[in-house]
Amino acid sequence: MIEFTLWDIVRNLLLATRWTVLLSLAAFVGGALVGMAVLFFRISKHKWSRRLASGYIALFQGTPLLMQLFLMFFGLPMLGLRIEPWTAAVLGLTFFASAYLAEIWRSGVDALPRGQWDAGASLGLHYLQELRLIILPQAFSITRAPTVGFLVQLIKSTALTSIIGFEELVRTSNAINNATFEPFKVYGLVALIFFLMCFPLTQYARSLEKRAAAR
Amino acid sequence: MAFAWLPGALGDIAHGAATTILLIAVTTLAGTLLSILGAAGRRNGPVLLRHAIAWYVEVMRNTPFLVQLFFIFFGLPSLGIRLDPILAAMLAMTLNMAAYTIEIVGAGLDAVPGGQTEAALALGLRPRQVFIKIVLPQALKIIYPALTSQIVIMMLESAVVSQIAVRELTYEADMLQARTFRSFETYFVVTLVYLAMSMALRRLLVTGGRRALGAGVS
Repeated sequence: MIEFTLWDIVRNLLLATRWTVLLSLAAFVGGALVGMAVLFFRISKHKWSRRLASGYIALFQGTPLLMQLFLMFFGLPMLGLRIEPWTAAVLGLTFFASAYLAEIWRSGVDALPRGQWDAGASLGLHYLQELRLIILPQAFSITRAPTVGFLVQLIKSTALTSIIGFEELVRTSNAINNATFEPFKVYGLVALIFFLMCFPLTQYARSLEKRAAAR
Repeated sequence: MAFAWLPGALGDIAHGAATTILLIAVTTLAGTLLSILGAAGRRNGPVLLRHAIAWYVEVMRNTPFLVQLFFIFFGLPSLGIRLDPILAAMLAMTLNMAAYTIEIVGAGLDAVPGGQTEAALALGLRPRQVFIKIVLPQALKIIYPALTSQIVIMMLESAVVSQIAVRELTYEADMLQARTFRSFETYFVVTLVYLAMSMALRRLLVTGGRRALGAGVS
């Protein structure tokens, strides 16, 4: 058995944390882009487009993320695409995030008074201009707190990609635990690292929420 | 895609689904009870207990469920506590859910007007009676929709406990795909089962809540 000092364990965990951070960022950016598209479908004037988006959201919010990751990881090779755990992880989390972000932002659009649309129309703006100049900026600004809150959930969700073999924080900690047999120390440190990443964001979301409530 | 294996696998899938249902039933009951105690303690307990509960909530909410599960399943034996996988899963799920529902129940307790407590006390009810008979039912009614969502989220999170070899739905899927070599199809079918289960669970909770609490749930 190799001797691991505490520093060895911490150093390896911190190295793996880079991947957790990178994956979270990639999934957040990807999820925001796809989520925007889903949002457009969700608030469209056409009934079928709204239904399609609702179905998409219900599908991703009604099934376990782990299953979604499995389907990515085992499904894309069926289409003849060779896939690395990293690709499956980014794609899986992107779709997952897009459904939640679209739904969060839609609640912001719904919260706006009808008059905002009418005012835009009376100014002679067409639909896309109304969205870009009047509706979306306000919808994003009133849903800032839940958006940050979801980012916390997304960071925690990256832990599941260890199961499809992506070498992030949890997968590395499993390997270290197998070598050191010190589960308390290893998983305790992993929990601490996640906490240090998520807690500031949780606090930030909370302060945004307070500011919004005070307004 | 090929589904010839499916008829022979229905028994395993049903067995896994039953275990998932058992897990979420236990978690719902134990988690809700724990969160009522937690929310009450957070408001009326001694200062030290209040701080302890607040930190408990923060720690659980800011770390992944998977890590909590591993901590409990692999960590506790070194303290001499050895749990069955299914007990470890129930414990981890309950502790995780309670952290979220303590906040939810707490918000409900805060939303009940103080006058209700005063009126009940003036009628001569003891503080505990006031809490159980007057404040709590009103609070539960207010928070019921949020509680329902949290229970459904917890059922979906339970897929992860397959990783400590609890024989629930995801674990059965893992076994099936290893046997049939039809990974995509297996996970596809099981994902649909989860979807049906989460929709049915939500429907059940909404109807049940309307009957029992008269809660206006969407």
